[in-house]
Amino acid sequence: MIKFDAYDTGGFYDEMFLPGSHPRPGAMLLEQKIESLSEGELLQRQQAAERALLHMGITFNVYGDSAGTERIFPFDIIPRIVESAEWEWIERGLKQRVYALNLFINDIYHEQKILKDKILPEEIIHSAQSFREACVGLNPPRGIWCHITGTDLVRDRDGQIYVLEDNLRCPSGVSYVLENRQIMKRTFPQVFEASRVRPVDDYPSHLLDMLQYLSPDYVQGSTVAVLTPGIYNSAYFEHSFLAQQMGVELVEGRDLVVADGLVQMRTTKGLERVDVLYRRIDDDFLDPVVFRPDSQLGVPGLLEVYKAGRIAMANAPGTGIADDKVLYAYVPKIIKYYLGEDSVIPNVPTYGCWDEKELGYVLDHLDQLVVKAANESGGYGMLVGPHSTATQREQFARLIRANPRNYIAQPTLSLSRVPVIVDDHFEGRHVDLRPYILYGKDIYVLPGGLTRVALKKGSLVVNSSQGGGSKDTWVLYE
Amino acid sequence: MLSRVADSLYWMSRYIERAENVARFIDVNLHMMLDLPVGAAEQWGPLVITTGDDLPFAERYGTATREKVIQFLTFDKENPNSIISCLRAARENARSVREIISSEMWEQVNTFYLMVTDSAAGEQVEEAPYEFFREIKMASHLFEGLTNATMSHSEGWHFCRLGRLLERADKTSRILDVKYFILLPSVADVGTPFDDIQWAAVLRSTSAFEMYRKRYHHLTPDHIVDFLLLDREFPRSIHYCLIKADESLHAVSDSPVGTFRNPAEQYLGQLRAELAYAHVQDIITGGLHEFLDAFQTKLNVVGDSILATFFALQAIGEAVTFKTSGQQSAVSSQYSRQGA
Repeated sequence: MIKFDAYDTGGFYDEMFLPGSHPRPGAMLLEQKIESLSEGELLQRQQAAERALLHMGITFNVYGDSAGTERIFPFDIIPRIVESAEWEWIERGLKQRVYALNLFINDIYHEQKILKDKILPEEIIHSAQSFREACVGLNPPRGIWCHITGTDLVRDRDGQIYVLEDNLRCPSGVSYVLENRQIMKRTFPQVFEASRVRPVDDYPSHLLDMLQYLSPDYVQGSTVAVLTPGIYNSAYFEHSFLAQQMGVELVEGRDLVVADGLVQMRTTKGLERVDVLYRRIDDDFLDPVVFRPDSQLGVPGLLEVYKAGRIAMANAPGTGIADDKVLYAYVPKIIKYYLGEDSVIPNVPTYGCWDEKELGYVLDHLDQLVVKAANESGGYGMLVGPHSTATQREQFARLIRANPRNYIAQPTLSLSRVPVIVDDHFEGRHVDLRPYILYGKDIYVLPGGLTRVALKKGSLVVNSSQGGGSKDTWVLYE
Repeated sequence: MLSRVADSLYWMSRYIERAENVARFIDVNLHMMLDLPVGAAEQWGPLVITTGDDLPFAERYGTATREKVIQFLTFDKENPNSIISCLRAARENARSVREIISSEMWEQVNTFYLMVTDSAAGEQVEEAPYEFFREIKMASHLFEGLTNATMSHSEGWHFCRLGRLLERADKTSRILDVKYFILLPSVADVGTPFDDIQWAAVLRSTSAFEMYRKRYHHLTPDHIVDFLLLDREFPRSIHYCLIKADESLHAVSDSPVGTFRNPAEQYLGQLRAELAYAHVQDIITGGLHEFLDAFQTKLNVVGDSILATFFALQAIGEAVTFKTSGQQSAVSSQYSRQGA
């Protein structure tokens, strides 16, 4: 029988329990329900959920893993609870952030007032790999660049929530949020009914509304398509899932062609026009004429059609500039500059290695810091100081010295924890939270988002490619 | 519908149907061997010959025994036509059109594939082969049922049906060929209980035994050939498959049956007409094996023309061209394959 009696919060902030063994107010009902389950029932439900995931084929692919390229994204059935008041604060902070970042991207590709006013050093922009010369002067439909954002939030030991990363390019994971919820409803109906959980199932409708809002004005009954790199991409399941949920076409680059000044799909009945592309391909691969010439995934001539206003794309090419990890350090200043407000959700304190004083500090404290490469994501190119070996630290020190612009460092946060089922008992594991923000007519934040869990004991890395799992996230009504 | 999607739906169904038919091949042979006269040797070589894969088999396995042939046709990942390879290909195709098919269909392909990969590791097939091959047939039927019951009968569904029925027509022709040409009884055996048993096994392997009985009562080779080749109502008969495939093809292009607007409709229409006006006596007099072999080649031409008409991602303005697959082996042509 699995009980919480022996559960130890281990001195960390626990999302479910107060220090000691009392559940937080929002988690009381959940705790009671779990405790009242009969012998073995919890484990049975956990196993049923895993079976369902395997048979539904909810899997992801791992780069560089030759032994089974396809795995289930591990799922733990104990939900993570976010109380109403805290959620409203998060929602406000995310809307503020995305709104400001959109203004920033638009400025950077037009007048660059923020550089002229010396808020940001110019070389940060000029040295950023994600700055797209081809996008200078571009006016995306409705003035929106970052339509879909998946901001990563973390909570430190003292309970403070921080923004860890902005993820404005092609954030993935929202399909797991929706599928996790389906699985939870199937495996835990009574608990679910008793709790007052905000729904997430309408995300695809919001997404479709947002995409259609972008379609060119002359179009009636716009054709939306999701552009995927194909079945071997790690997030293919999600691409296909979102296309299915929205009822739109899922296309690959080879399905599309530019003809008569329009982007068209090759169909069994000839060519058909596409008006809006939700592209899940990085800028680099989008159009071999403008970006990487060796790309097989994109569509030659796409950007020209885009510039002519004959197709919309989400997110707009060039958006990645706001996702640069060096630029991240300046987001509070960006918010202040464009909105005249302080940022609601703070940044994690960040050291920039391009600054000589900070570089010295970083190199001296590698064993305490988390170091990240500016243009990597998915937990690749990262050093977690306290969990690193001397050799790894030396290797990173060399990398940083060779290219200081490419590295930032942050103090190692004691990420908050949640209980997960390990064999026959509960153990605490570290988590983050990735809410999804849609920017169309209005800014919409999906209540909750993806709670990623570092399933390895003590680990702080939550990425699915690095042994992370997920949980359903319950944002409660008041 | 996207050309690539139509291609994947067509091949997804074809590969599932192929897996089912390979199971039927093995099943009919297992049954025939059970009823062999005492002292007669089991014949497993012919099964490999009907798939057109006799050369690669001989290179890797040597002489054909029951264990080797079942391994080759069921679990050999290097054999592109083994059950496991077919299901793998079906699943990859299904995965690329997950948003088009129903989630029930996807779950069934996935479960089907996992069932066979699990069995590859276990002993079940050796111990209870009948049960295993029966499960494969049922899993395939379940998939077809789900396709019919959970997917809108629009263009995508027609491509599924087209793939499935062309595959079935091809395989029924090969099952007939196994009995009639490869296991051709000596004249002395004709009309003996042993001959009857073999024909009954052929009918059972195409799930046709009861339906045949209702129609003709007695087992005679001519009637059996007539039933499996020319019957218009039995769903595994070749003629039936072509009628329904032709209907689907015309539903896709929205043109009336009996006319053609593209090479696919032209060739399938010709083949369908050939069966519609054929008489079984003429076929047998002319040589059933020769007839079936020519039929398989023509069916491959139909397949190629479907590819050229609907799936090929030809550049804009480039004329639709296709080559006929003219390769013929002495006994059986090879199975057609996606992207070949």
